[in-house]
Amino acid sequence: MKIGITGLNNVDSPGPGVPVIRAIKDKYKSNCTIIGLIYDSLEPGAYMENVAEKSYMIPYPSSGLDSLLIRLKKIHEIEKFDIIIPTLDSELYGFVKLTPKLEEMGIKTFLPTLDQLNFRAKDKLYDFFKNSGIRVPKNILITSPEDFKKFEDEFEYPVVIKGIFYDAYIVKNEDEAISAFNKMRFKWGVPIIVQEFVKGDEYNVAALGDGTGAMVGGVPMKKLTITDKGKAWAGITIADPDLKELAEKIMDKLKWRSGIELEFVKEEKSNEYYLLEVNPRFPAWVYLAVAAGQNLPAALIDLMNGKEVKKFTEYEIGKIFIRYSWDLITDIKKFEEITVKGVLSNG
Amino acid sequence: MRKYKISSNLAISENGFLFYPLTGESFTVNQMGVQILNLLKKEEKPEQIISAIIDEYDTDHATAERDLGEFLTQLKNYKLVNEL
Repeated sequence: MKIGITGLNNVDSPGPGVPVIRAIKDKYKSNCTIIGLIYDSLEPGAYMENVAEKSYMIPYPSSGLDSLLIRLKKIHEIEKFDIIIPTLDSELYGFVKLTPKLEEMGIKTFLPTLDQLNFRAKDKLYDFFKNSGIRVPKNILITSPEDFKKFEDEFEYPVVIKGIFYDAYIVKNEDEAISAFNKMRFKWGVPIIVQEFVKGDEYNVAALGDGTGAMVGGVPMKKLTITDKGKAWAGITIADPDLKELAEKIMDKLKWRSGIELEFVKEEKSNEYYLLEVNPRFPAWVYLAVAAGQNLPAALIDLMNGKEVKKFTEYEIGKIFIRYSWDLITDIKKFEEITVKGVLSNG
Repeated sequence: MRKYKISSNLAISENGFLFYPLTGESFTVNQMGVQILNLLKKEEKPEQIISAIIDEYDTDHATAERDLGEFLTQLKNYKLVNEL
């Protein structure tokens, strides 16, 4: 079975590709060959041992779908993919649109619909879950710094200023808000999201949906160490039936078809969970779920292959992941190979 | 003194490491803390816990009662015990 996987950027804000591959290899061992699909010639996963047997450069999503399709066809002629798993937020819209073409080529995917992707987008989340019994911090969209004055009655400081795709700043007053707005605007464009700030501990759930509304599996984790980018650098599996029930409710409402990460904050004041974000792919910490007993990426492969997948009901509580960085040493020949030929064999 | 019940599922190791699986929080307590938590687990009344502290640590009733009260307040703040 030949599987193409993206997101091998195992950097300070890591992509989920490497842990997804690790999980798949845990189950399928030598019965699968992993082909890394990388955007940058220095994505660490392409050089790591026992990760991708081969990696190919592919064009950035901003280059357009046509160039991506042409490149994938070219790689497919050589590799004959059975499956492709995109793992990055920014490429998902493109891969969803390409799904019929990939199917024609005999390549399986297991992705949400465009509507589902849109419902869970940061700027739509509040409206989608309004009146559903699922708490989401209130947000408004703004397009200019003057909007902070215009909408000042609608929120109280502190608030969270968020980019439409990435980044978030907690700001305590209008001056800080305008400064954050300008940083975001230049980086990610407008609109900018102004979100109610909910104070409390952060919890995430890594899960897999089968597209019918059922949650095939889901493992909740409390962040133990958080980086300045808000990423978990260490975490522990927890047992909270309320959180599990909430995750199942969200999956049912979204009818999610793929891996997913649900981000929550448990408000200190009320002890209630608020859904902060829905990330449309497995998180980079998904291997913790595997170690705790739920190999969600391998179950995703089974779903793609039309196998019957039993719902995971249990996982080990108190399992910890601690991320670390490691300087991988490689030869310039490999860098040359991927840079010049656009392909690197690492098997 | 009010009676307290220990939160269900609180894992207490002999060396004083506590793990609360509902929230993922962990804590450390000294040997006296472990002893008190184990007595709470057995649903002992505060007076019985105070007696156990006096027996073990050679202290007077007022000191034991005050220390237990402070410890229980901390446990309550972290939601590790509930008042009955």
